Amino acid sequence: MGQKLLMRGNEAIAEAAIRAGCLHYFGYPITPQTEIAHYMAKKLPKAGGVFLQAESEVAAINMVYGAGSTGTRVMTSSSSPGISLKQEGLSYLAGAQVPAVVVNIVRGGPGLGGIQPAQSDYFQACKGGGHGDYRQIVLAPSSVQELYELTVEAFNLADRYRMVAMILGDGILGQMMEVVEFRDKEPIEDYDKPWATVGHGNAREQNVVTSIHLSPAVLEKMNQNLQDKYEIIKQKECRYELYNWEDAELFIVAYGTVARIAKSIIEMAKREGIKVGLVRPVTLWPFPQEAFEKVIGRAKAFLTVEMSSGQMLEDVLLAVNGRRKVYFHGRMGGMVPVRDDIMKMVRDIYKKHVKNG
Amino acid sequence: MAVIFQKPKALKDTSMHYCPGCTHGIAHRLVAEALDELDIEGKTVGIASVGCSYNSYDYFACDMIQAPHGRAPAVATGVKRSKPDCVVFTYQGDGDLAAIGTAEIIHAAARGENITVIFINNTIYGMTSGQMAPTTLLNQYTTTTPYGRIADLHGFPINVCEMLATLQGPAYIERASLHDVKHIRKAKEAVKKAFKVQLAKKGFSLVELLSTCPTNWGLSPVESLKRIKDEMIPHYPLGVFKGENLEV
Repeated sequence: MGQKLLMRGNEAIAEAAIRAGCLHYFGYPITPQTEIAHYMAKKLPKAGGVFLQAESEVAAINMVYGAGSTGTRVMTSSSSPGISLKQEGLSYLAGAQVPAVVVNIVRGGPGLGGIQPAQSDYFQACKGGGHGDYRQIVLAPSSVQELYELTVEAFNLADRYRMVAMILGDGILGQMMEVVEFRDKEPIEDYDKPWATVGHGNAREQNVVTSIHLSPAVLEKMNQNLQDKYEIIKQKECRYELYNWEDAELFIVAYGTVARIAKSIIEMAKREGIKVGLVRPVTLWPFPQEAFEKVIGRAKAFLTVEMSSGQMLEDVLLAVNGRRKVYFHGRMGGMVPVRDDIMKMVRDIYKKHVKNG
Repeated sequence: MAVIFQKPKALKDTSMHYCPGCTHGIAHRLVAEALDELDIEGKTVGIASVGCSYNSYDYFACDMIQAPHGRAPAVATGVKRSKPDCVVFTYQGDGDLAAIGTAEIIHAAARGENITVIFINNTIYGMTSGQMAPTTLLNQYTTTTPYGRIADLHGFPINVCEMLATLQGPAYIERASLHDVKHIRKAKEAVKKAFKVQLAKKGFSLVELLSTCPTNWGLSPVESLKRIKDEMIPHYPLGVFKGENLEV
């Protein structure tokens, strides 16, 4: 590992993108992620790239679609209301199989909501906010170091599978400052892009980047191809962290910022003799079923904690599939789960399922 | 036997799906002739929009991208900014460009984005079966103005060239018509000039082509051409609105 820098989360994302070979950024200002744009505006022209402030989120994602169609590594970033505006473009990127990295530093909604951190865009990110049968790879960092590493990884995944890879952060991760240790050389995967629309040079057949197929038989086949691709991703690309899990009896399930809070709960619980482990999904789609299979044998119960009304909870319930009781604690609107509230639930669950269970 | 007239190379040898009397075929041909004559097909990326020309990639032989409704200028921006050596054009109708895509066209023009826009104005939504467009003339009957376009209810038609010409960004803006041979020849010069402006890196160029929609106008092909001359040109005057003296 190389240089160590104290960095804000949003800046680490931008720096990671540049290191990953992304020299094209199109965006529109919105709190709490605008530092990404500031960083890009400053750095990209000097790196021989393009920073362009678009007239809207809608235009920005379509600029991404254009640049991505030429095989160029490209990124946009926004926060919740802006990501809603980008859903049309995300559906087209999926349909036309154009790689791109999209960052959502989530804030509380619905509507204009607030500017404080939230995890209430899980459904939108993982279940398809736009129209049609499509998926996008969703990565959920929980530290500034991970914002850097997973952003680099997002560009590789986007190119590898010709699809959108989304970084799903939150207002805390975007704004917090931590030390980031940068690699001397990034693990950039270089893919041929024979499909790119860059002019045929009178040397090959025409390339067309499109998502329209008016014949239902053709459109179904195209959809089947997408589903086949998604199946491969489910097999190969699930990422997760298991923490303090070898002798744990209860498991908290949490991602991003909330996973950090969960780790401090685990330490508190230890002091009270309660053995709590953590299942932290790093890919939210594909959802890491495997992590649950590893712990289900020793888990007496699960507690899902989110900064939402319980969105990841639905995937946890599917993963556990009725084999154990799954509890939930969530805060909404930019409020962050409080340690004492979670600890109280841990004690109650322990009493019910371990001590008296 | 000497060939004295043939299909441009930049058009594929296939039949088009456009209705009898529709001028899309002519407009396509003018674009293709420009690509041929400037010998730029190999480095051109066209952006198809949403409307009757949604699948113009089946007709143009260059690389093509299908854009979401109205977003072609933004998609073109992404292509041109990442590959400045490519020649990039959009092909958009009046619903696409002047209604849902108003923001994208205005800002691409204001940025002086070095792209070429071919704008088809036939005062109606063709593909979705004849609804009112932003360019629909007052008193014109459409399926959503069954009693005619009434200013108090539906507002006024938008003159795109005049509006964009107020911006500093665009280098070249011209309105031409496809209603007779003489005007088609002028339109061809306009389309070719627009591409030359881009090649000379002068910035944003747009050519509006007054076009027909016999099917949704309820007129014969011949009557449709007459309507352009008698009804459209008085409201949409022909000429160069920006860059008249631009040498390329």
